[in-house]
Amino acid sequence: MKLKGTGIAGTLESGDAMIELSPGKNGIRIDLNSTVESQFGKYIRKVVMDTCLEFDLQDVDVKVQDKGALDCTIRARVTAAILRAAGGEVQYEF
Amino acid sequence: MNSSTQFQLGLSPIKLRRTMLFVPGNNPGMMSNAHVYGSDALMFDLEDSVATQQKDAARLLVYNALKTIDYSPCEVVVRVNPLDTPFGVQDVRAMVKCGAQVIRLPKTETALEINDVEYEIEKAEKDFGIPVGRTKMMAAIEGALGVVNAYSIATASKRLIAIALGAEDYCANIKAQRTEEGTELFLARATIVVAARAAGIDCIDTVYSDTNNEEQLIREATAIKKLGFDGKSIINPRQIRPIHAVFTPTPMEIEKALRIKTALEEAIANGSGVVSMKGKMVDRPVLLRALRCLELAKASKVYFDEEETK
Repeated sequence: MKLKGTGIAGTLESGDAMIELSPGKNGIRIDLNSTVESQFGKYIRKVVMDTCLEFDLQDVDVKVQDKGALDCTIRARVTAAILRAAGGEVQYEF
Repeated sequence: MNSSTQFQLGLSPIKLRRTMLFVPGNNPGMMSNAHVYGSDALMFDLEDSVATQQKDAARLLVYNALKTIDYSPCEVVVRVNPLDTPFGVQDVRAMVKCGAQVIRLPKTETALEINDVEYEIEKAEKDFGIPVGRTKMMAAIEGALGVVNAYSIATASKRLIAIALGAEDYCANIKAQRTEEGTELFLARATIVVAARAAGIDCIDTVYSDTNNEEQLIREATAIKKLGFDGKSIINPRQIRPIHAVFTPTPMEIEKALRIKTALEEAIANGSGVVSMKGKMVDRPVLLRALRCLELAKASKVYFDEEETK
């Protein structure tokens, strides 16, 4: 899938995460800032990585500001950011 | 006629819908623990509480939450956007796919609107290999036309489990003023109860939005329970306890119902076609109310049937 620009989704409220995603050059690069990084950083990165791979994104920069979001929230926010970065041309398969 | 058919009273097991807690669809903090407060149902909202620019994100959030979080024993309802907006069809498809138990239509005015949403639901069920009919529906009546059409709305689909009143829009629509006594809502409330009962489904009253006024909440809940409603939509977890208290049978009511039930069992055992207590005949509506009271008490876990617990 081709990204047209930067996609942003989510908020900085407790239990949420803000995702900023843009086309990159060196694989999937995740810049994570989390209140629970030491405990869950590994899992958050994996969810971000898996979600990008589902859309076949190989080179992308993802900035994650996590406020204690559940995995399903991270997945939802990354998906929304990807679809927004694709400029609304890709529809999620509902 | 033998006694067993005589006493076929047509009671089905009760699914409690005393409280339906409203959860904004783009608020993951509230979504992660909405089921811990003990409401009978949760209503995730993709409509009015979500800004237009966030409709895509909210849909994905609720979709992923429902796929991941086990909200049982709460019944999971999702309010979707109307089909005539750019979001409605995608909302319906996403919610069918992630297994929402009930899809709630906003502002329903005609049976045709129910048919249109049902068409989309059925199409999605077939596309995703989900058994046709699994997804239930609920309709909100929020305008004069909806009240006028209440019965045809309530009977428009076998999927409908309940109709609900949305009072703010309704009052704006009929040019009425909202009051504490609720006189302006009487016709709509009574019509919705009668339509729901005629259709054999549940009816849920509108929200009471002043979360700091528990006294008035209790007064309103008591009044709508008397009218026949099964429960109320709520906007704050602190409204759960007082409403459940209103809907839960009291020990005195349970005791009285048990005496009537005993008389019924005696009549069946004696092969008598008439139930009587202290020499007086017990009318069928009284019997029905007593049995329903016990069902409600059982569902509310304040009474346990000895024969069932053995």
